[in-house]
Amino acid sequence: MTQPQTMLDKVWDDHVVRHASGEPDLLYVDMHLIHEVTSPQAFEGLALSGRRVRRPDLSMATVDHGIPTVGRELGINDPLSKIQIEALEQHCKEQGITVFGVNDIRQGIVHIIGPEQGITQPGMFIVCGDSHTSTHGAFGALAIGIGTSEVEHVLATQTLPRTKPGSLAITVDGDLPLGVTAKDVILGIIREIGVNGGYETVIEYRGSAVTGLSMEGRMTVCNMSIEAGAVAGMIAPDETTYAYLEGRPYVPGGAPWEEMVAYWETIPSDAGAVFDREVVLDAADLAPFVSWGINPSQVVEVTGRVPSPDSFENLLERDSAARALEYMDLEPGTAITDIRIDRVFFGSCTNARIEDLRAGAGVIQGRTVHPDVGAMVVPGSGLVKLEAEEEGLDLIYKEAGFEWRDAGCSMCLAMNEDILLPGERCASTSNRNFEGRQGRGGRTHLVSPEMAVAAAIEGRFVDIREWQ
Amino acid sequence: MRPVSIIEGQMAPLPQANIDTDQIIPKQFLKGVTRTGLGPNLFYNWAYDVEGEREPDFVLNRPEYAEASVLVAGPNFGCGSSREHAVWSLFEAGFEAILASSFGPILENNCYQNGLLPVVLRTEDAGIFAELAADPANSVTIDLPTQQVTSGDFTATFDIDPHVKERLINGWDQIDITLQSEADIDAYEAARPRLRPTLG
Repeated sequence: MTQPQTMLDKVWDDHVVRHASGEPDLLYVDMHLIHEVTSPQAFEGLALSGRRVRRPDLSMATVDHGIPTVGRELGINDPLSKIQIEALEQHCKEQGITVFGVNDIRQGIVHIIGPEQGITQPGMFIVCGDSHTSTHGAFGALAIGIGTSEVEHVLATQTLPRTKPGSLAITVDGDLPLGVTAKDVILGIIREIGVNGGYETVIEYRGSAVTGLSMEGRMTVCNMSIEAGAVAGMIAPDETTYAYLEGRPYVPGGAPWEEMVAYWETIPSDAGAVFDREVVLDAADLAPFVSWGINPSQVVEVTGRVPSPDSFENLLERDSAARALEYMDLEPGTAITDIRIDRVFFGSCTNARIEDLRAGAGVIQGRTVHPDVGAMVVPGSGLVKLEAEEEGLDLIYKEAGFEWRDAGCSMCLAMNEDILLPGERCASTSNRNFEGRQGRGGRTHLVSPEMAVAAAIEGRFVDIREWQ
Repeated sequence: MRPVSIIEGQMAPLPQANIDTDQIIPKQFLKGVTRTGLGPNLFYNWAYDVEGEREPDFVLNRPEYAEASVLVAGPNFGCGSSREHAVWSLFEAGFEAILASSFGPILENNCYQNGLLPVVLRTEDAGIFAELAADPANSVTIDLPTQQVTSGDFTATFDIDPHVKERLINGWDQIDITLQSEADIDAYEAARPRLRPTLG
């Protein structure tokens, strides 16, 4: 009788190339995702050491971080970003790596296009030089972000040495209350366990509130695992997963499909599998959240108020709150719904899939963006944009006064021209409210797509549950 | 990679929690294609005002910390983005080790790849070193072989993966080590499930 295993155990064991006592396991990488910002030094290192890419067929590249979201057909204006983008395309051409480049309809945010193409599948070990690689865990894959030196390592060897992390089960049971989205689930989890709560663990998200989510929602949850300090996040594959994948370009049909589903069905954690730690949340306790601070655990219900630093017992948290309020220019006790905003960013690998765009469009109801607010929608991929346009969502956004952009990371990290000015306050569907993340002196409030659209229209935060 | 064994130097305190990699090196410095030139831009938004003038009050700009080579940080140092530019900028600015009670997972790995030593201390010990670092006259010695950190008459021990430790002490390149297992990689590939996706 074998011990019941967690999903992490199973996926890990499937990828061990070499195991030796006292050493990290050498793991085989099924898919290496590459983008233009964290790869040039890796390709350079490879060339300097006279090595080649071991498995170009298990690598996929796109341009997303530095690419403009408007006017790109006229070329890339930023000379440095232009060099990076051209370098990626050149390196990939030399090494035989498939690139979804600037003019490819499949171009987009790397964590959106992997699943969209069916390149992300259950049971895989996926790596990428980007912290939000955890997104792919929504399919029951083990997916981790790595640095540039490790990008070079994977290019050269198609493997990665790793010591196995611990396991953390986070169970969210119950039905999500009306107006509470996948974004609120993960913000609620991070508020509960803290930005370091997942330290040295892989999180498995479980429970009926999680299994009830669409694949888009599950990706939103897993995406922000890194914001809880975790190595990765995973959700067990099920019928929802298979239905999403069936018929996608890199997923075969017929007998191979049946064979793959049979394998995928073996991946979820066994009954009785033991996790190193467990956390349980009740879905009924979740609400639409708005971040007030400078890390993603600093969130409060939309009906709440900006807390006083004195309300935190932990000294470091108190200091962090004080610093946050100064940076965010907020007074303790301010009602969240009294906070006025200047900008809305609707996009990022957290919330720029078709379901997000539909949800946001659904709350517009013929209304228009507040005259004091500048709002933009940045679809996560060229194909998401196309699908939205076929459904007429672009017209709904444009008629309401939103800018409708081309796909990319955009103002999530503001490496391109999409950037907050000092002092500007932004409702953002992205993942990080760090100081200066969206532009030096810019102030970011993390929210769901529906909350972002409603804030754009009212010019301040509103409770999506009551707002009609 | 340069070998790491005993690091001696001055500490600089930056004890706030959750210093993310966006603070260590902001996005505008990620547009390069080399690993160099990042040192002067370390903690850019804290070190320089909006006019690009140095902020005299920022701890690393104070003359008494000019020679610091060990950063004493709060928990979860280097959380956030995977940008290895954070480590390159710390290294180029003269830092050889960082003391903290925990690190962002990707930054910790990036440190090991570059011979920058992330020393994971117990929370109480990290607090003591933060206090010691507040006096620029205090120096520190980090002894990787014996896994000890000492400042004055205070010594703390730390844990590190023995394999990582051996690699750091010898300055071994990770790719070279892995390629010694090439036969294992070949064997795994030959037996690998055929139904995994491929491109090209």
